[in-house]
Amino acid sequence: MSALFSVRDLRLSFPDRAHKPLFGPAPRNEVLKGFSLDIPEGRITGIVGESGSGKSTFGRVLVRLLEPDSGQVLFDGQEIGHLDEAALRPLRRDLQMIFQDPMSSLNPRHRVWRIISQPMKRYGRGGTKADAIAALEKVGLPPTFAERYPHELSGGQRQRVGIARAIALEPRFILADEIVSGLDVSSQAQVLSLLKTLARDMGLTVAFISHDLSVIRHLCDHVIVLNHGEIVDHGPVVEVFEAPKSEITKTLLSAIPLPELDDDWFDEA
Amino acid sequence: MADITAPRARRIGPINLRLWLPLFWIALVIAAALFAPLIAPHDPLEQDLMLERLPPWFVAGTEPGYWLGTDSLGRDVLSRMIFGARIALIVSFTAALAACLVGTTLGLIAGFFGGWWDRVISRLVDIWMAFPPVLFAVLLVAVLGTGLGSVILAIAVIDWTRFARVIRAETMVQARMDYVDSARIGGAHRMTTLISEILPNVLPSVIALLTLEMGIAVIVEAILSFVNLSISSDDPTWGAMIAEGRGAIHFAWWVLLFPLIALFLTVLSFSTLGEGLKRHFDPVLQ
Repeated sequence: MSALFSVRDLRLSFPDRAHKPLFGPAPRNEVLKGFSLDIPEGRITGIVGESGSGKSTFGRVLVRLLEPDSGQVLFDGQEIGHLDEAALRPLRRDLQMIFQDPMSSLNPRHRVWRIISQPMKRYGRGGTKADAIAALEKVGLPPTFAERYPHELSGGQRQRVGIARAIALEPRFILADEIVSGLDVSSQAQVLSLLKTLARDMGLTVAFISHDLSVIRHLCDHVIVLNHGEIVDHGPVVEVFEAPKSEITKTLLSAIPLPELDDDWFDEA
Repeated sequence: MADITAPRARRIGPINLRLWLPLFWIALVIAAALFAPLIAPHDPLEQDLMLERLPPWFVAGTEPGYWLGTDSLGRDVLSRMIFGARIALIVSFTAALAACLVGTTLGLIAGFFGGWWDRVISRLVDIWMAFPPVLFAVLLVAVLGTGLGSVILAIAVIDWTRFARVIRAETMVQARMDYVDSARIGGAHRMTTLISEILPNVLPSVIALLTLEMGIAVIVEAILSFVNLSISSDDPTWGAMIAEGRGAIHFAWWVLLFPLIALFLTVLSFSTLGEGLKRHFDPVLQ
């Protein structure tokens, strides 16, 4: 099993404008404090941590919405950490993302088919209405949804459109950033089982960001636990959950509301 | 799954009136402007000193055919108002459109690209807005010379800042939305993102501002006519009529009142239409 992503000594800081002196630059707030890890190909890797732990920031560096201050990000052996936008564009087809809030990530003025087909057109992978409908069917939405606007869909349906847009490009990697946190429990289960099925069928590598360990436990193969921009625990889900190395992981584990779940709780949904 | 393809019930009441009442009045003014020679009962420039200061039709002592009376040179007020609509509309449409194009483009660029673009454009807007607009217009026309072209240019040059400022703020809000990052993830160029993702979302504000600006342009044109700086005095304009009527208000109030009503209704219609159109074309608000 090879690593799709190899991250080495990754550092990223944001200027802290709240404490900016009258003259001179604002002090910098370190969000990622130099960590190294591999994300295995063809697996679902969970990234957990409390809010402010840097998990979303880390995800956005992987898909290069953010540029790290220093360190390496190797995607399939190629350094992408400091590429400019023009050089990144051909790679973006393989680096897709599903956003936390589909109401904000789907353009409210565009119809669903246009939202899905525009990236396909850019990468020469079709882009007709029929192609968009095919992508909708893969995520279990009927063809009639192609003509709708995002605000005419429910939360779960919107998130499926977000998934359809990402998989329509047949990428190698998908970042799923808290994609079920805005959904009710039954929609959550449906969206998660859809993601799991698609990842398995398409051989996708997925980074799944969540603060919910019970979701990670049932969806992911590997898990990375972040705290204040540092990795405190990582490894196969079974190992980390059975023998947590850090206090943070133990605290997070003890916060799972239903520790004893049927292993197939969302596969049945 | 609920059926949401069924046609929604049409909204009636204030929302619809807000769209259709102003539309009706503006259509009337446009028709008057287009067919002015056909519908005007008299030549707007024809003077007849025997018929000076005839009152409108509902006051005693009038001459048939002069519905809204005549001014102090015996010219028909209604005919002059109908021809005056031409100037008012040409100025309002072209000047507002020109201001809109310049202001919206600069606002989009400043709001989306930020950095130096924003700093330069915003400072320019600040400086521009520090001039009193009417004085600025008078000064510009005085320098450029009177005439239709200078009036249009003066209004566009003054009022683009209104668009730039509002659209910049709207664009900054939209640029933070996740769909902008989505477009980037989907391989879109920055310019493509601005035009096909952000522009459709600020368009309702552009339309609302545009119609508002049309009303403002009508007023500015009237002000310039009022101080005799607009078009040559041969062409009847509402502003010039109001200026003439002002001097005769004690013995011929109609010369002042009727152009004033036309001006008022037109400006009110334009500004109300903006909000009505915004609501009508917004798929989310509907």
